[in-house]
Amino acid sequence: MQNPYLPYPVRIDDITVETEDKSLKTFKFVFLNPGDEEKFAYQAGQFAELSIAGLGEIPIGIASSPTEKGFVKFTVFKTGKVTSYLHAMKEGDIMGIRGPMGNSYPWDQLKGKTVVIIGGGFAFTTLRSSIVYMLHPDNRSNFKDIHVIYGARSPGMLLYKDELMAWAQRDDINMHITVDGTDDPEWKYHKGFVPAITEQVAPPGNADTYAIICGPPIMIKFTQPVLDKLDYSHDKIIMSLENRMKCGIGICGHCNIGKELVCKDGPVFTLEQLNQTPKEY
Amino acid sequence: MTSYTDKIREISKRLLKEGKVDMVIGFTKGSVPMMNQPMFAKNQGDVDNLVWDSNCGINLANYVTGRTEKIGIVAKGCDSRNLAVHIVENKIKREQLYIIGVPCKGMIDRHKLAAIVPGEIESIEENEDGKTITVSGNGFSQDFDRNSILQENCALCMHRNPVIYDELIAEEVPEQTREDIDLYAAVSKIENMAPEEKWAYFEELFSDCIRCYACRNACPLCYCPTCFVDESKPQWLGKSIDPADIRMFHFLRAYHCAGRCTDCGACVRSCPVGINVRTLTKKLEKDCLEFFGWEAGMTTEERPPLDTYRPDDPEQFIK
Amino acid sequence: MKVIKIDKSELDAGLEKLEKSFRLIGPVKEKNYYAFKELKPGQKPDLGFSNSRLSAKSIVYPQSEVMFEYSLDRNDEKYAILEEPARSYQPRAIIGIRPCDADAYEIVRRNFDTPEYKDSYWLKNYEATTLVGLACKNPGATCFCTSAHSGPFSEKNLDVMLVENNDHYLGRLLTEKGEKLAETAGWTTTAAADDTFENLKQEAESKIKSKVSTDNLASQSLIALHEAESAIWETEAVSCINCGTCTHACPTCWCFDVQDETYGKSGVRMRNWDSCMYPLFTVHASGHNPRGTKIGRVRQRFMHKLKYYVDKYEKGIQCTGCGRCVRLCPVNIDIRRICNKMNSFDPETSSCEVAS
Repeated sequence: MQNPYLPYPVRIDDITVETEDKSLKTFKFVFLNPGDEEKFAYQAGQFAELSIAGLGEIPIGIASSPTEKGFVKFTVFKTGKVTSYLHAMKEGDIMGIRGPMGNSYPWDQLKGKTVVIIGGGFAFTTLRSSIVYMLHPDNRSNFKDIHVIYGARSPGMLLYKDELMAWAQRDDINMHITVDGTDDPEWKYHKGFVPAITEQVAPPGNADTYAIICGPPIMIKFTQPVLDKLDYSHDKIIMSLENRMKCGIGICGHCNIGKELVCKDGPVFTLEQLNQTPKEY
Repeated sequence: MTSYTDKIREISKRLLKEGKVDMVIGFTKGSVPMMNQPMFAKNQGDVDNLVWDSNCGINLANYVTGRTEKIGIVAKGCDSRNLAVHIVENKIKREQLYIIGVPCKGMIDRHKLAAIVPGEIESIEENEDGKTITVSGNGFSQDFDRNSILQENCALCMHRNPVIYDELIAEEVPEQTREDIDLYAAVSKIENMAPEEKWAYFEELFSDCIRCYACRNACPLCYCPTCFVDESKPQWLGKSIDPADIRMFHFLRAYHCAGRCTDCGACVRSCPVGINVRTLTKKLEKDCLEFFGWEAGMTTEERPPLDTYRPDDPEQFIK
Repeated sequence: MKVIKIDKSELDAGLEKLEKSFRLIGPVKEKNYYAFKELKPGQKPDLGFSNSRLSAKSIVYPQSEVMFEYSLDRNDEKYAILEEPARSYQPRAIIGIRPCDADAYEIVRRNFDTPEYKDSYWLKNYEATTLVGLACKNPGATCFCTSAHSGPFSEKNLDVMLVENNDHYLGRLLTEKGEKLAETAGWTTTAAADDTFENLKQEAESKIKSKVSTDNLASQSLIALHEAESAIWETEAVSCINCGTCTHACPTCWCFDVQDETYGKSGVRMRNWDSCMYPLFTVHASGHNPRGTKIGRVRQRFMHKLKYYVDKYEKGIQCTGCGRCVRLCPVNIDIRRICNKMNSFDPETSSCEVAS
C-alpha cells in the first residue's frame, strides 16, 4: 500500500529573492529520485506540501507550470515556523515535496474561452503557473483573449518582475500591471488598486469569459462587486482558497468549509460554489 | 435546595425586570444525572430554568472573563473568590457584576459516586433532611450521607459562604475551620514521600491523561489568549501523549495558578478520566498560605503574592 | 452463517489458544474505568463491563502515532529524508468490542479509505484486526444507538458477534476472518440459534429509551442550519468550554494534527488526535482564524457529524449513539438535544421543536 504522507525527496536547486523586503523567495526544486518528477505530474492551480524534516509541512501553491520540465518552483512568503526556516535554507539542501494536491483551475472548461486573471500581492504564484501554461505554444490556441490584472503595494513588491515585463511586450496577452503607489518617475504601468484597474480594463462578462481571482481578502472583497457590475455570473468567477491544512489529502479534517475540504475538493472553487458553503475561510 | 432555586429565580427575575443586569449566569438542570449545565438567563422565561442543587460544581466565574455586559451571577463560595481574582486581574469590573451569593453545602463528587454504586446512575434525589441523598439506577437504590460523597475540595472547604456578593439567597452556612478538618493531609502525605516514590506517584497520577484540556478550560484562571501549550513560536511542548509533555503541561499550569487557585475543584470535576488535578494546586495553595499567609480570592484589593513585588522582599534574587 | 457456542468455563481456554496467533485486546478495568488494552499473556478480558470509558478507536487509530523517522545528522546518507519505520502489523483481535464502537470503524473508514487516497496507517491497523463483538444486553441510559444506524446487537463491521446467554456465549461468525478466529480458538459450531438471537436482540433494543430524530437532516438546507445561530448555536455554545473531551471520547471523530519532534540529531514525524474545539485547529499562519469564535467551533462539531457527513456520504450521521460525549461533557452539551434541534429546525420561523 502506498503511503500518501511520504514526501518525494528534493534538492533546492536555486533560490531567488522576489521582493525588495525579502519576504518572498522562489525555490526551485529538483527531484532526487528519477521517476518522481513524472509521478508529480500536476496542473496549474494545484498545490503541494513542502516538507522539512524536523519542522513540518506547509501547503504552497505550485508556481511553475506543467510545461516547464526538470524542476518545480514555489514562491514562499516568510510567515510561520516552517517558512522562516525554509527562508534560511541554502541551495543544495535536501527537503521533501508531497503532492500535487487539490483540484486545479478548470482547464477543460476554460478551453476556447477568454480568461481574465486578477491577482494581488503574493497570491500570484498559481496565476504565474497558469499564464506560463496558457502562453506555451502548444496551448495558446486553446484560449481566446488573456487578460492579466496584477497589483502589488509597490514596484519592488511585484513577483516575477522580469517575466511580467516580458509578457507586457507580447501581443497575445493583455498585461495590466499596477501598484498602489510609487514615486518612480520611470514607472510606466498603472497606479491604483486592483479593483479600480479591473473596472477600467477588464472585458465585460459573458458566456465565454472567466475571471480567476487570487489575492488578499481585502482585494477580493472589493473586486467581487466590480465583477458583478461587469456582469460576470458567479459560475464564471473562479477563486482559490487557503485554509489551515495538515494532510493535504482530505483526511485530517482541518480545512473544511461546510462539507467541502479545501485541500481536496478545492482549493479552486467558483463563487457560485462558495455561495453554498459557510464562509469559514 | 428548592428554596435556593426559588430564591435564585426570584432575584434573577427582579434583576432582569429592573434592567439591573443583561443576563444572569446560573445553572439549569442537566440532561444526565450530576451534570447541571451553565446557562445565561436573558429573559423571564429563561429564569424558570435556573436551578440549584448539589451538582453545580462548575465554576461560573469562568463564564464572565472579558465580558462587557452587566451580569448577574450565581456564586457559591469558590465562584465568588474566583470573581474576586478576576476583578483583581482586570478580567471583569466589580460594577459590572451583581453577585447572587449562594451559601454552599458542598457539591457531590460525580466520579466517586459513579465508582461506588453497582450500575449506571439514573437519578439522584436530595432528601428533605438535607443530609442524605438517594441514588438509583437500573436495579439499585442506595442512600448516602451527603457528607460522605462530597467532592474532596468541598469536604475541605473553609469558605462555603461567598466572600463578595450583592445579595445572599439564604442565611450563611457554618464554616469549617482547621480544627475541624485536616486541610493538607493529602499534601503532607506526598511531601513525606521519598523522591522516587514521589516521582512514581505523579507518573501514575497523570498516566490516563488524554490531553483534552478539560481541566484547563474549566478553570477560571486559565484565560490566557494563547496557552503556553498552544504556542507555536516557539513551541514549548510536544503535542503527543508523551508522559513528559503531559506532566509538563500539568506542572506548569499548576504553577500558573499558584496564589490564584481557590480549590474550586472544577478541574477535577471536568476531567473525563478522573485525574485528581488538585493534587498539584493544593500543594501550591498550602505554600501560599504558609509562606505568605495568603488565601486566593479573599480580597479585591490586593494582587496575589506571586505577581507582586515589594522593596522589602527578603529574597536576594529579585533585588 | 455459522454459529458457535462457548461455555463460559471454556472461554479462557479458547483465548489462550488465540494468544498464540493473535495479539489480544480486550476491556480491562483500570482504576475506576474500563479501557481497551492489549492483554498481557494470560490476562483475560473482563467481559462484565458496560462499555469502555473512552472508545476503542485508539486501537486502530492511536492518539499519537509515528508516521516517519528522520536523521538530521549531515553525515548521514539519509539526512533529512523521511522514512516509514518498520512496523509489524501482526494479526490481532479485539475481544468484546461493543457494536457501537465496531460500527464507528465503518463510519471512520469512509474518511481514511477513499478512492483517491488510502491512509496506510489506519488501513493496515484495521486490516490486521479481527473484531469480536459483544452484544449489549444492558445498554446505558445515554445510549441512543438504535437511532444512529447502529444497535445493541448491530453486526455491522464485526467478524464475530458474541451474545451472552446464561452459562454460555453464542457467537455468530460473520466473516471469513471470524471463522478463522473461531477455528483457531477451537470453538465448535452449533445449530443456528436465530430465535435466541432475535429474542435477546429485541429485549436489548427495547431497553433503549433514548432516541433522536434524524429523518430530516438530509433535506435541511446546509446554509440555513449553519446560520441558525439564535435558534440553535448561540444557546448550545453558552456552556461549552471548548475542551476536547467530546472529540477525544468519540469513536467517530478522526481529525489529527501532524507534528515533527526532534531529539538531538534524529526525530519523528507523528500524528496526534486534534480537536475542532480548539481555536488552534483552524488558525492560519497569518493569525487569521476563520473559526475564531466558540459558537463557530461548537457548530462545526455538530454540523460535521449531523449534516456535512450526512450530505457528503449519504450514509446517515457520523455518530453511533454510544453516548460517551453525553456522559463525559463537563458542561452537559448533549448531542441528542442538538440533533433533535437540527432535525426539527424550521428556517421559515427560525425555530426548533425542541426546547433548550
